[in-house]
Amino acid sequence: MKKVNRLITILIFVFLYIPMLVLIVASFSSGKDITEFEGFTFMRYAEVFRDRSLLGLLGNSLLISILASSIATVFGTVASLGIYSLKPRMRKTVMSLTNIPMTNPDIVTGISLSLLFVFVGSKMLHQRNSLTFWTLLIAHVTFNLPYVILNVMPKLQQMDHSLVEAAMDLGCTPVKSFFRVTIHEIMPGIITGAIMAFTMSLDDFVISYFVTGLDFITLPVEIYNYTKKQMQPKIYAMFTMLFLLIFVLMVVMNLLQLRQDKRRKEAKQ
Amino acid sequence: MEFDGERILDGINLYFNDHEFLTLLGPSGCGKTTTLRIIGGFLTPTSGDVLFDGKRMNDVPPYERQVNTVFQRYALFPHLNVFENVAFGLRVAKLHKQEIQERVHEMLGIVGLKGYEHRRIDSLSGGQQQRVAIARALVNRPKVLLLDEPLAALDLRLRKDMQNELKRIQQTLGITFIYVTHDQEEALSMSDTVVVMDKGRIQQIGRPEDIYNEPKNAFVADFIGESNILDGVMLADYKVRFFGRTFKCLDAGFAPNEPVDVVIRPEDIDFVPPEEGHLVGTVTSVTFKGLNYDIIVDFRGFKWLIQTTDHQPEGATVGIRLNPEDIHVMHKSEYSGMFGDYSSYSAEYDELTEDADDEEE
Repeated sequence: MKKVNRLITILIFVFLYIPMLVLIVASFSSGKDITEFEGFTFMRYAEVFRDRSLLGLLGNSLLISILASSIATVFGTVASLGIYSLKPRMRKTVMSLTNIPMTNPDIVTGISLSLLFVFVGSKMLHQRNSLTFWTLLIAHVTFNLPYVILNVMPKLQQMDHSLVEAAMDLGCTPVKSFFRVTIHEIMPGIITGAIMAFTMSLDDFVISYFVTGLDFITLPVEIYNYTKKQMQPKIYAMFTMLFLLIFVLMVVMNLLQLRQDKRRKEAKQ
Repeated sequence: MEFDGERILDGINLYFNDHEFLTLLGPSGCGKTTTLRIIGGFLTPTSGDVLFDGKRMNDVPPYERQVNTVFQRYALFPHLNVFENVAFGLRVAKLHKQEIQERVHEMLGIVGLKGYEHRRIDSLSGGQQQRVAIARALVNRPKVLLLDEPLAALDLRLRKDMQNELKRIQQTLGITFIYVTHDQEEALSMSDTVVVMDKGRIQQIGRPEDIYNEPKNAFVADFIGESNILDGVMLADYKVRFFGRTFKCLDAGFAPNEPVDVVIRPEDIDFVPPEEGHLVGTVTSVTFKGLNYDIIVDFRGFKWLIQTTDHQPEGATVGIRLNPEDIHVMHKSEYSGMFGDYSSYSAEYDELTEDADDEEE
């Protein structure tokens, strides 16, 4: 049984990671495609760093994900505090409401946001180009928020509430007690929430596709445009680097989680 | 005080004197922690006032009260070390660095934690964490220190040590301590004044000796120590009748022929040969307790607990004499008939040991 289990685990990993492996191999191929692997080369990576427009797009993507995840982290944390202070029944209702957008199909979210932006932009603000960098940013903050709340809420619930009372007892106003005590307690949740939001933002294509204008295009959207033409091998190199970035972030996130669990276990003993 | 429409505290009227060690004592759910939280400012009473030195405090938030609290589970800040935990209140008050240093070191000295300044909180034992919590509260020089069952999480021996320690600290600093506990022994040994509470009401306020010797009703008599509580009739001043006999007692001021509760502490009862006894009964069970025997004696179907160093075999016929000072008479109350009968003796002891286990967790 144990052997079977182990075999299945290995198989799952193979299935999960083979596509990435193919991509990575392709990125090192000197041939045009993975189908014609001719030799090993770093050339594709060099091409990426020489391609101004591609780097610009990557810059756009990073800009939007960093901005959106930062804003979402601040708002999401404040929102979690608000939800936490609700009565338990209300809290449950609000939590399910904030969770729904995560399961909502991206295409629905994207189109509805797009409709909203066009409506507000053209009918209410009388703009000719209602889809801009700002609509993209708002959209990203919107779909990032639930991930932050989802990560911060459990930390708030795990926290010993008497810590806040102790801080107030020692002279902190509610705001001060948040910055001096609560934030330290929920920091792991804030960090994982921020990382998750960042990765969601970085690789989002569907929603971005509907809400971005012509003046500001993110990498995934532009890559989609590339696929209509012939795929350039340097894209593979770029993907590999993106994959590694997110992979590293996820590893960091999990290590943080692990360290915290360990600390909690030690504290309990 | 009402809570979700349920009345938790009712007619609490308490005065706290300066430099006093006052204990709120009662079973869980009696409202003692609620009272403490109202004083600390974490709850606002639905009716009634909280006054400090004559000033109304109802709407003053906890961070503006000259009161500090030692929380039940200490509530130490895990992200700060011992020094920073103790310094927390002083840093919030933006005191001068030099003064913070001095006061924290002085306080760590008082609670016996010199040299622990840089330790992490989770590397400390329960007793040490307790001391940090006390130091963190006291370093702010509050007028009143509130302690919410601070020793409940410690094991028995540590609890005894900390009881002495707390009393010593209170006497050294001369700060008013308001202490919440459900442990009657703790309350009696530490306090200047004990407030016995049950069902959100104060049952009795008094010095520990008075509470023990002159309980006001069956609840207090039973909660503080062991008591045999019997139905009686007060015939006249200094004369009480129960078990078909008239006894002299030291109590007066009751209405003629008023039905009363009579308390007889198990350790006040002496055995005599049956022919000399006021009452004669049969021993039904004997338990060796170390210091004494717990002997259950059946007097006409009502079982008494008697604590004595004289061994009596089970089944023996024994007599007892009651001196006037052994008898304490109380007015009837809602608790009459609920306590003080040892017919279900063993069950009651099981309950007690269960309680003891809970405390040590």
